Amino acid sequence: MHIALELEIPSDIRYIERVVEVVKQQCAQFAYPQRQCCLNIPVALSEALSNAILRGNGERLDAHVQVKIDVTQDRLILEVLDEGGGFDFEECLTDPTEPGNIEREDGRGLFLMTRLMDRIERFSNQGNVVRMTLKRHD
Amino acid sequence: MSFAIKKQGEIVVVDVEGQLIVGNRQELKQRVLDELEKGERKFLIDFSQTGYIDSSGLGVLVSLSKKIREQGGELRLANLNDDLKTLFELTKLDTLFQISDTKERALETF
Repeated sequence: MHIALELEIPSDIRYIERVVEVVKQQCAQFAYPQRQCCLNIPVALSEALSNAILRGNGERLDAHVQVKIDVTQDRLILEVLDEGGGFDFEECLTDPTEPGNIEREDGRGLFLMTRLMDRIERFSNQGNVVRMTLKRHD
Repeated sequence: MSFAIKKQGEIVVVDVEGQLIVGNRQELKQRVLDELEKGERKFLIDFSQTGYIDSSGLGVLVSLSKKIREQGGELRLANLNDDLKTLFELTKLDTLFQISDTKERALETF
């Protein structure tokens, strides 16, 4: 069995928590481990959504963000699509644990996505898409 | 998600209820800075009621820690659950903050 859902939200950070709750509920239905439901999924998805809203769509209030959720017993795939031109993920990815970065206020979002998800892919499909895959780890 | 601020002796205790994320980090920052402006110097943030924290929330904690230290004060954290501890370990922020298992222990060690 798998569940596939598509959501579209206004490009507004106030909607992030609601989307995260929807995804957590779907994963809870498949009895995903508590660690993944309460840490990996909410944090990585929050980062992807805030990137899409603040960077991708540049805080344009008339823009939207689409979220595709595909969850099975074994893995979760999330796609977050914004209306921006995209950015070079590798170039923006820094290591916030390096001594010179540890006291920086920013620079942890992409790092956390890569650490909390098994795979991150980026591509364009009438917009800028981030696809995150998380395998179930019991 | 909300923040409750109360004084215990000379320590300002902030309870983070719900998430600490991009949508509410500025509120936390401003409320703590307001207390700093009033002359408070000892701060404890209690995460016993907290769900998850995103990179913006972590960034605000780093920023507040710096500002409080610059004013001769101190910021400590307490009651991180296992998931939040992992988050701090992943980002090595566990090396930057003094973190106590309980609020009581944190209050004792100020």
